[in-house]
Order: sequence, then C-alpha cells, then structure tokens
Amino acid sequence: MAELTAVLASTHHPFYYKATTSPEDQRPPYAADWQRKVEAYRETLTAAEPDILVMVGADHFHQLWLDNYPQFLIGKQERYDATFYNEEREFGIPKYTLAGDIELSRYMHEELLGKDFDFAVSHELKIDHSIICPIITVRPEADLPIVPIYTNIFVPPLPSPRRFYQVGRAIREIIDSFPSDKKVAAIGTGHLSLELGGPRQFGEHGPDPLFDADAIEWLSTGNIDAILTNVTHESMAGAGNATHGFMDLLLMMGIAGPGVHADYVDHLDLFHTREMYMTWYPNKTRGQLDAAARAAATARASTGPIYATDPAWEKFRVNQEQA
Amino acid sequence: MSKYYVNKFLFTIDRDPEWVARYREDPRATVVRWEKEIGRWLNPVEQTSWLEFTHQEREALATHDYVWLFEHGAHFFLNLTLFIALFDEEYAAAKGPLAFQTEMVRKLGHWTGRDYPSVAM
Repeated sequence: MAELTAVLASTHHPFYYKATTSPEDQRPPYAADWQRKVEAYRETLTAAEPDILVMVGADHFHQLWLDNYPQFLIGKQERYDATFYNEEREFGIPKYTLAGDIELSRYMHEELLGKDFDFAVSHELKIDHSIICPIITVRPEADLPIVPIYTNIFVPPLPSPRRFYQVGRAIREIIDSFPSDKKVAAIGTGHLSLELGGPRQFGEHGPDPLFDADAIEWLSTGNIDAILTNVTHESMAGAGNATHGFMDLLLMMGIAGPGVHADYVDHLDLFHTREMYMTWYPNKTRGQLDAAARAAATARASTGPIYATDPAWEKFRVNQEQA
Repeated sequence: MSKYYVNKFLFTIDRDPEWVARYREDPRATVVRWEKEIGRWLNPVEQTSWLEFTHQEREALATHDYVWLFEHGAHFFLNLTLFIALFDEEYAAAKGPLAFQTEMVRKLGHWTGRDYPSVAM
C-alpha cells in the first residue's frame, strides 16, 4: 500500500513569490524573516521524500464559476496548467505546468464516491494560486505529480465544518489503501482569520488574532471537538469575511487524524494576515523528526502544538480587554 | 438585485486584460458593450432570455461604485480584485503601497462591527 509520509496545512499568501524574488532594494521589510520561515518549513516536506502530492485548495473564481459551482471537485488529468492572467497581474506569480498522477486521481475519485462523497470531476482544470503558492513555498522544483482537490469556501451556502473534516478522514483512508508502493504527501492551504474587500482588510494584523490563536491550538492538537463546538460559518464570518478558508486547514487536520499532535508548527504575523505552517508525520521516522527539529531551530518554530495560552498572544488579549 | 449578473460582470471583466483596460477608461460604454457581447451569452450560441441589470446596478458599474456593490452583496473577492486591477498602480504611484486598498477600508469603515451584506444568492 501507499505510505502517507506527511500532511502539511498552511496558509497561502500570493505575495510571497514577489516579496522574495524582487531585487533586494524593492523587497518589503518582512521578506527576509518570511523567507527564512518558509524555507525551513520546506525542509519538513523534503524529509518526507514524497513521490506524489495530494493538493487541497480552493479556486478563487479563476475557473469555477457561479453557473455551475461544485462543493468538492477532483482533477483527473495527466498535466495541469497553472496561474491565470489575473494572478500574474496582481501577484506576479509565474505560469507552471504540473504533472498529474492520473492513477491516484482515478482511485481517489472512485473511492470517494464509494464512501458517499459525491465529488465533481474536471478533465480541464487549470490550477490557481491556492495550489501554486504551496508549490512555490514547499516544492519550488514543481517536479512531482499532483492530485488536485478543490473545495467550496467561497460560494455560500458552504458545506459544514464537519463535512470538511469528514472529507479529510476519507482522503486519509483512501491514501492508506491506495495499492502502490509510492510515498504520498498531502498538502492543503487555506487561511486563518482573513478579510478581503471589506473594512478590516490590510490592517495592522489579521482581523481576529485571537481566533488565530485558538485555530492554531485546535489544529495542532487535533481537537476536532473544540472546532465543531466553536466554529460555524457565522463565527468564521465574524473573524473576517474570508475566514472560511480555515475549513481547508480543518480538512488537512482530518487527514492527520483526531487528537494527533502536529510535529511542526510555526506562525508569523505578516501585518494584514497571520501565516501558519504546520506538518504532521503520520508514520514518523527519526529522520523526519530530526528534520523538523532542525527546521524549528532555524525558524524558531515548535516541534509540537502551540497553545492559545502561549505568551505570544498576550498582547492581543490586552488589546481586546482595552477595547 | 441581479447579484449573479453583477458578479458575472466583475468575473468576466477581471479575467480579460482588454476588458479591464476598457472598463478603466470608459466604464459607462463598457457596461453597454459588455451586455451585448458577453453578459447575455451562456456559450457562443446560447443566450439568456431574462438576465439583466437593474437601473441601479448598471449605474453602480458605470461609475466604478464598489461601495454600492459591496453594500448590495456583490462577491467581496471579485469586488476587491477587479478594482485593484483598475486603481492599485495609480494609487500606489501617487500615495505608496496599498493606498487604494486602504482607501477602500475607509470608504467601507461604517460596516465595521456590523454584519456585512450577504454575498449569498
């Protein structure tokens, strides 16, 4: 059977590429710290030695549209073009062509349907920055075949948080039973609290730092009960109008499993958003854990959960009390 | 409000550099041309018999009025992305990075702490 060697859940920030590839004198002041953290995080994937990447993201109205919008969709192609004109324009992200693993796409699609997860399918899917951003950050060689999975975090009514978690659990079972000797890594991106096109966008911090504190604790401890108790579509909207991308991080936690602690956790306050980088090793090896420890030393990250009681969040609690 | 049709406008303009340029230069004429050439078409052969803008929607699009669009449930992502395409460069050159985005924040400031108009259809 295939081996799931790593599960990665992170935010995707489309400015990363430009911020870290512009001429030195044009880079924003936070670029160096950001790059150091991302390149350390990359090592946690490298140590998993993947052959195939299952990529979870969400199209941002680049291809999927309101005339026919799927809740969950899988790509089933031998190749995928990536990056749309308006992403090049706004973010400076280059175009890519990625190989697809059609055998795992087919198996994944059939098995999901067999488990009553009625996924839509695309045979002409073009990949957007929800999947290209993590390629840029954790596998910039873009040399591994992918199986892309898209979710609806954008077009209400949305599937429930519970459903995202269940889809993650199903994907885990399917990867574990895939008849192959390949190593698979699952990489999904979404958001912590996020505001786009509303009055809280591009602020000094993300729109709701204390949601972020809870979210990082819940994800890194696999606390599904706390998430299902506390997180609703309405509560996410309260944390920022685009916070529903958190459900893709929840899906990845579903792949890792309930109660499973993450092996690498990092985050970065990037003025208008908080970035998060999390890795689980489902079949831990000494080499993987050593790689995570080295990466954590470089990035000043954690090799285990980060709790909402961490002193890093104190200033935001003080701010809230003062408000 | 025909939220779908307004969103279709924002979506189909944003993805095409020629339409972006037209909409920046002459929004009123672009709305008219868009209805004829893009809006009504489902595919190159099939066209709608019923989708159209209200007067207010047409006026908001013809005046680049993203505040009105936000307040009437246009999708926040489309409403942000397209107007960044129109104004970001000009604002950034004159007033520094993210100047347009922060002006948008100011113009929508009265929604802070309130439930935003729903983008659901």
